[in-house]
Amino acid sequence: MTEATFKSETRANHPALMDAAAFRKASIQSFTKLAPRHLLRSPVMAVVMAGTLLSALIALFGRGSAAFAWTVTLILLLTVLFANFAEAVAEARGRGQAASLRNARRDLIARKLENDGEHPLPASQLHPGDLVIVSEGELIPADGEIERGIATINESAVTGESAPVLREAGTDRSGVIGGTKVLSDEIVVRVTAEPGHSFLDRMIALVEGANRQKTPNEIALTLLLAAMALTFLIVVATLPALAAFVGVQVDPLLLVALLVCLIPTTIGGLLPAIGIAGMNRALSANVLAKSGKAVEVAGDVDVLLLDKTGTITFGDRQATAFHPLAGIDTALLRDAALLSSLADPTPEGKSIVRLARDLKSAVTEPDHAHYLQFTAQTRMSGVDVDGRVIRKGAGDAIGAHVIALGGQVVPELAARIAQIARSGATPLVVAEGKHILGLVELSDVVKQGVKEKFARLRAMGVRTVMITGDNPLTAAAIAAEAGVDDYIAEARPEDKLARIRTEQAGGRLVAMVGDGTNDAPALAQADVGLAMNSGTQAAKEAGNMVDLDSDPAKLLAVVEVGKQQLITRGALTTFSLANDVSKYFAILPAIFAAAIPQMAVLNVMALSSPRNAVLAALIFNALIIPALIPLALRGVRFKPASAVSLLRRNMLVYGVGGVLLPFVGIKLIDLLLSAVTGA
Amino acid sequence: MTEFLLVIALVVGLGWPLGRYLAAVMRGAPMRGDRVFGSIEKPIYRLLGTDPACGMSWRGYTKAFVLSNVLLGAFVWVLFMAQAWLPLNPDAIPNMRWDLALHTMVSFLTNTNQQHYSGQAQLSYLSQMVGIVGLQVVTPMMGLAMVVATLRALFGGREEMRQPGVAVVHGQFTSSHVGEGVDRDVGNYFADVIRPTFRFMLPLCLVWSLLLTAQGVPSTLAAGPTVTPVDASAELEQQKIPLGPVAPMVAAKQLGSNGGGWYGPNSSVALENPTPFSNLLETLAILLIPVSIAFMVGPLTRRRKLTALVFGTMLAMSLASTGLSLWSEAYSTTATDAALMEGKEVRLGVEASALWSGLTTQVNNGSVNSMHDSLAPLTGMVAMTNMLINAIWGGVGCGLSQFLVYLLLSVFLAGLMTGRTPELFGRKVEAPEVRLLALLVLLQPLVILGFSAITLAIPAITGNSNPAFHGISQVFYEYTSAYANNGSGFEGLGDATYWWNLSCAAVLALGRFPSLIVPLAVAGLMARKRVAPEGPGTLRVESATFALTMIAVIVILTVLQFMPALTLGPVADHLSLIAQ
Repeated sequence: MTEATFKSETRANHPALMDAAAFRKASIQSFTKLAPRHLLRSPVMAVVMAGTLLSALIALFGRGSAAFAWTVTLILLLTVLFANFAEAVAEARGRGQAASLRNARRDLIARKLENDGEHPLPASQLHPGDLVIVSEGELIPADGEIERGIATINESAVTGESAPVLREAGTDRSGVIGGTKVLSDEIVVRVTAEPGHSFLDRMIALVEGANRQKTPNEIALTLLLAAMALTFLIVVATLPALAAFVGVQVDPLLLVALLVCLIPTTIGGLLPAIGIAGMNRALSANVLAKSGKAVEVAGDVDVLLLDKTGTITFGDRQATAFHPLAGIDTALLRDAALLSSLADPTPEGKSIVRLARDLKSAVTEPDHAHYLQFTAQTRMSGVDVDGRVIRKGAGDAIGAHVIALGGQVVPELAARIAQIARSGATPLVVAEGKHILGLVELSDVVKQGVKEKFARLRAMGVRTVMITGDNPLTAAAIAAEAGVDDYIAEARPEDKLARIRTEQAGGRLVAMVGDGTNDAPALAQADVGLAMNSGTQAAKEAGNMVDLDSDPAKLLAVVEVGKQQLITRGALTTFSLANDVSKYFAILPAIFAAAIPQMAVLNVMALSSPRNAVLAALIFNALIIPALIPLALRGVRFKPASAVSLLRRNMLVYGVGGVLLPFVGIKLIDLLLSAVTGA
Repeated sequence: MTEFLLVIALVVGLGWPLGRYLAAVMRGAPMRGDRVFGSIEKPIYRLLGTDPACGMSWRGYTKAFVLSNVLLGAFVWVLFMAQAWLPLNPDAIPNMRWDLALHTMVSFLTNTNQQHYSGQAQLSYLSQMVGIVGLQVVTPMMGLAMVVATLRALFGGREEMRQPGVAVVHGQFTSSHVGEGVDRDVGNYFADVIRPTFRFMLPLCLVWSLLLTAQGVPSTLAAGPTVTPVDASAELEQQKIPLGPVAPMVAAKQLGSNGGGWYGPNSSVALENPTPFSNLLETLAILLIPVSIAFMVGPLTRRRKLTALVFGTMLAMSLASTGLSLWSEAYSTTATDAALMEGKEVRLGVEASALWSGLTTQVNNGSVNSMHDSLAPLTGMVAMTNMLINAIWGGVGCGLSQFLVYLLLSVFLAGLMTGRTPELFGRKVEAPEVRLLALLVLLQPLVILGFSAITLAIPAITGNSNPAFHGISQVFYEYTSAYANNGSGFEGLGDATYWWNLSCAAVLALGRFPSLIVPLAVAGLMARKRVAPEGPGTLRVESATFALTMIAVIVILTVLQFMPALTLGPVADHLSLIAQ
């Protein structure tokens, strides 16, 4: 998998807009996209194209200056081409990402397991339900779930991350992706995808924008823009009659120019590019959205539900202190805890050993010990060695254990348990025989930077709710430390679904991050379901986004992309409409200057001649589209702030700026034109 | 400007308590005076066969609105065409021609009061009192009913408004609201028209007509006297002074954003507006109900800040617009232009004229105390812009309705700019709503510019008295006024022709019904949606930033569309006056 390395380069935060080859391809596509079927998708650009054809006709058969008419035609054509180019560039960026994915989807040979053994078979002939065996160094032939075994896998072909990940049968991390490489061990995978419908296939189709659907907000905006285009069509169509009443014959060419300047071409031309770029930006964050709508909805999210484990905390609780009960020696507790944990493979057990060793425990591993594994029934583990019966486990389980042996539970224990729980840690009780020795404090360590991420989400108006199986005291402490707004303690899987439904009944949009199969219903119910790539197939099917990095805090990035996308559309619409003011001042005097000399007063920009005024306005109108392509692709700068301050900022920049900028731009172009033509 | 500020101060002082009272009337809860008014209202409800407590969906409400208009319209049309044979016609006025009767009926049915006739000469007392004044009283209340229903729908319907969250069943885990996707109860149309008519409109009219009668406005059923003019140079031996129950009609026309006067020249005639005090009273009356409605919004929706948004935005636009009118009429270079002195109102003075012309177009009232044809061109342009916006105060009901349209459009644009799917009061504005709003946006230029272009292109039907730019202004003003349901005229148009009567009747109806029904439909669609509580990410519309955004949207949406027409009309007119 040598191709894997360049992935991370293309996924850099601010990639160059495009290289020379992509530029050539996008330029060619600008022309192929002139097909009427494509143009009709954008009513605004369709009007511009109609205007182009009309002005070409005027150039051919009109009475006025053919050179001027051809110039206008050319600028109008360029306006349409620039809009097409914007879309093509956005698509090209998606295609760049797709190409690297496609390298991972080569024709692989699978080792299919059947009753009579292994059979080599092209991967394209695998069907859901088939079992394949994959060994160290081999590529996984298809999407599936591990049926047997455990393996480390390099998923860099898909995620761009070179660090290997662990996948294991029967856990929530059993999903594997076709095209990724097994680095160690051997696994048996049950295929879950039809050939051609694998994860990679769908991903490639999505980023290429092959079957892009307009998002709901985009549809609504297109309707409004179409109405504006029609409105100005009426304005321009009725103008000759009004002008004729005062004896002015309006040059039809100028009418076409006026129309194109007035209709919102800037946003009309950039709208598709903004939509495609949104998907691409999500993918740059290594989030695969199953539709543009999903990204857009993410911007509206009010509540985020996430599991504590693995998201807010590292998930493995670490022993941080020993608390002996009154009258018990700390060393006794320490050594008993160490003995009971020597064979404990869990992170908690290992951390107890580590802590005891750090506290200078000299106990060595006994030869003839009988270890008890933790089970859900006993809810304790321990060791029987040299007649000593040492147990550790949850408070009530150990309590029941010592009472069964004829011992008793001192009241001090309950107080100690509560004290530790209040601090956000988990108490583990250690007993020897019928005597309770004391407690081990297991702390859940909150990830660094989590609090800042939640604060950022809060600033964007998203409330975070932590879901944890911990008791309420522990949950409250962790919630406070991590800075979440709310928590559900002692949560069962069905609680997630219930909480989502309550929030939704309250009118809120809910995002859910999950990976396990039991998360699938909640992921499906949530308005935004972000499934971890490491998660089970069921979870990935249920969610409407997959995070390739399996980083649950990634939702922040998706929310930002969603919001940015809406802001970019709104800001450019405002800009586009605000531009009309100055264009009126350029074109109206030009239209009437000859017949109504006093109209010259309205030529506030002091443009050199009516023709230059019209050309300057049209050129500005055309050039602004490519000038704003970077903005459309990267999105308007977004900083979490209150809605009103966002509105104020964007109105100042794109509203007021949209009124003023074209005055300057048109004047500058006019100066250039008059310098070039000498007129 | 001092008179304007005085009027504003008075109207705020009166409008605030009136708005609270009106909110109580529209809420329909038990209130003082129920016994008195109930005894009038109950028989009417029985006659109509409706139960005021029984609500309607927005579709049912709209049907009732349309049906009541059709029936009333047919009745009044017949009345005008048969007035010669009916009683109360001491001056023996003949029947109206069918097209003029149609235009007059539509004009009054749409609360426009555009007059292609002269009331004193072409309508009998019965026609004036029943047909004209009847519609002048009822149609503003119809507009009020429609906008109140729209407001109710925007807040999720009558039940939800009375007790927010009542439609949500708590603790029940359903994926959606109870009632999501179900049409909400937006009120009972008949009760919404009848209650404010008797409890609000008629008492106010009574007060105003008494005050006006005290100032000398005629109020009689006797025929007018014939006198000999004092000024012999007029070469008129005898003059018939038309009288009638003028004061009640003037009260209704001023208060109900009607504008149709008893006399052709409206309140510029001394008989309709005899003294400076009557002028103040009438100016005040133009603003009173629209301002009261702005103050009604807060108590009705239980969202006090909403009144601040509505009133604040309207006041800001009104100050700017009135200031421009006053400047243009009294101080601009064209203010004292000799060419404009023909027909200029000199009895009350330029300030009173400019103020009235500003307010009557801001409010979509349409009454005049001077001839707008003789205003300085830029004053005329301000008047046209006021009518194109039609929500600076706007007519009774329809002004707020249009304001809500702008509010929704602004919310759409501003919402996008804050990075969320646009929503108003917790309900999303999506493609179906935008489609309806877009149609409304499109309709205005289509109707106004379309008819203006046709009329100007065919000189035979234009019938205007002025050539050149001023002629464009006359025609454009007429259709703008008709579409805005304003009713004021630039005058000087020979407008009692088939073309003018029929085209204006069409424009009047297109200006009235879609702009009341579409907002209700949009709100009705939104009412069915899941409502989101307002959170930190929600755009609050009650803020200065949003109000300014909204004003920008209003200016961009309306003024930009009509810039070429305004340039060729009043702007060119102004420039050529300067050039002379």
